[in-house]
Amino acid sequence: MKVRVDEDKCCGAGQCVLLAPDVFDQREDDGIVILLEVEPAEHLHASVREAAAVCPAAAIELSENA
Amino acid sequence: MTDTLSPAELPDFPMARAAGCPFDPPPQLRDLQQEGPLARVRIPESGGTAWLVTTYAEQRALLADRRVSSDVTRPGFPIPVPAGSGGGIGLSFILMDDPEHARLRRMVQAAFTVRRVESMRPAVQQIVDDMIDDLLAGPKPVDLVEAFALPVPSLVICELLGVPYTDHDFFQENSKTIIKRSVAPEERAAAGGRLAQYLDDLVGRKLTEPGDDLLSRVAERVKAGDLTRQEAAQMGVLLLIAGHETTANMIALGTLALLRHPAQLALLRETDDPKLVAGAVEELLRYLNITHNGRRRVALEDIEIAGRTIRAGEGIIMANDIGNRDPSVFPDNPDELDIRRDARRHVAFGFGVHQCLGQPLARMELQVAYSTLYRRVPTLSLATDLDRIPFKHDGAVYGVYELPVTW
Ligand code: SF4
Repeated sequence: MKVRVDEDKCCGAGQCVLLAPDVFDQREDDGIVILLEVEPAEHLHASVREAAAVCPAAAIELSENA
Repeated sequence: MTDTLSPAELPDFPMARAAGCPFDPPPQLRDLQQEGPLARVRIPESGGTAWLVTTYAEQRALLADRRVSSDVTRPGFPIPVPAGSGGGIGLSFILMDDPEHARLRRMVQAAFTVRRVESMRPAVQQIVDDMIDDLLAGPKPVDLVEAFALPVPSLVICELLGVPYTDHDFFQENSKTIIKRSVAPEERAAAGGRLAQYLDDLVGRKLTEPGDDLLSRVAERVKAGDLTRQEAAQMGVLLLIAGHETTANMIALGTLALLRHPAQLALLRETDDPKLVAGAVEELLRYLNITHNGRRRVALEDIEIAGRTIRAGEGIIMANDIGNRDPSVFPDNPDELDIRRDARRHVAFGFGVHQCLGQPLARMELQVAYSTLYRRVPTLSLATDLDRIPFKHDGAVYGVYELPVTW
């Protein structure tokens, strides 16, 4: 799985950080998403998928078979 | 099918809840949802019409659609919203589109990151513990709204914004007037004006004597020329009102819902698993969905959705309360309160770029408030009959005006 985030779309509501804190964080100065793991380990995939599904701004993109 | 009817024949929105079912969305909404994702409704205050979106998938799609506007000043925007929604005070960026919306929102977003909010947890725990000490030391029965549900989030938001504690009574009085049902529009507007003035003065003070708080950081941006003092003051009013009214209603209404579902309450009271507590908060947000007047928007272009066309300039109302009961998303009896359910996909905070900015704070406050209150007051019970409780059917945010409890 490969993860991409679009900082311009992100509205900083932090849903992704709540769901997958090992993969996402937020910038200190403006709350915009930071991607910690471009290729998260297998056991994190479910929570990353969930994070992408609840992200209100469609700022998280996944490619599953990369 | 409601789209061939003339405005006078259309159902009015908002709709009435069924007597005796204070937690369930109006039955008429459910009927409309069963007929399909879109219906036409009439807005009684203006006589205008709008599309009502009742299904979860279409609500999310439209809330995330850039062809849909939150700009309340556009013709066709489905207002007026019912009384109590802020008393005519400009509600800053929630009623704007990008790029202005993003510009202003990003200035305060940093205060609401998951990490920043987590660092406030001990302070919030302290506030909650102190309030419960006072509650237990005072007379009973007591109104839980007044004694706990309202002061907790209002103390938290005051602390975050840097409202001095000595001004707390003034602030609370005026914000109560704004959200109260029995208040005349002029009186509400006056209270709104006093708050706006207060915030403006406060921003002024932060400009010269900054502290370690959110308004001081906003004031810094005023100095840097990133926003005007008026924009800053308006943002302060928005955060102040949004920051306590919603959470206060969730604390009180959530407590009532749990008291009516004793098995669920027992589960929550007896757990020390933060995951279960967090899950309970999500489920209560889904189940109660206190923003019961829907999320209101206007179409900027023609939008094809669910086999229909929403025309440019037509109003759209997303009925999130019924969306959160959509069986295609919450399959196991969505009308049941079940704190073990995976409810995280709810749209109680909205969706799209306007999704609630303060949601990490709201979540944390609710987790602390619910888990501490029921644990420390295990015999908490209702001190009146359900049919004597005044519900905020007409408020901008749903909840109870009063919740007499004893223990
Ligand atoms: S959930 Fe989406 S919008 Fe929210 S912080 Fe994460 S990436 Fe940004």
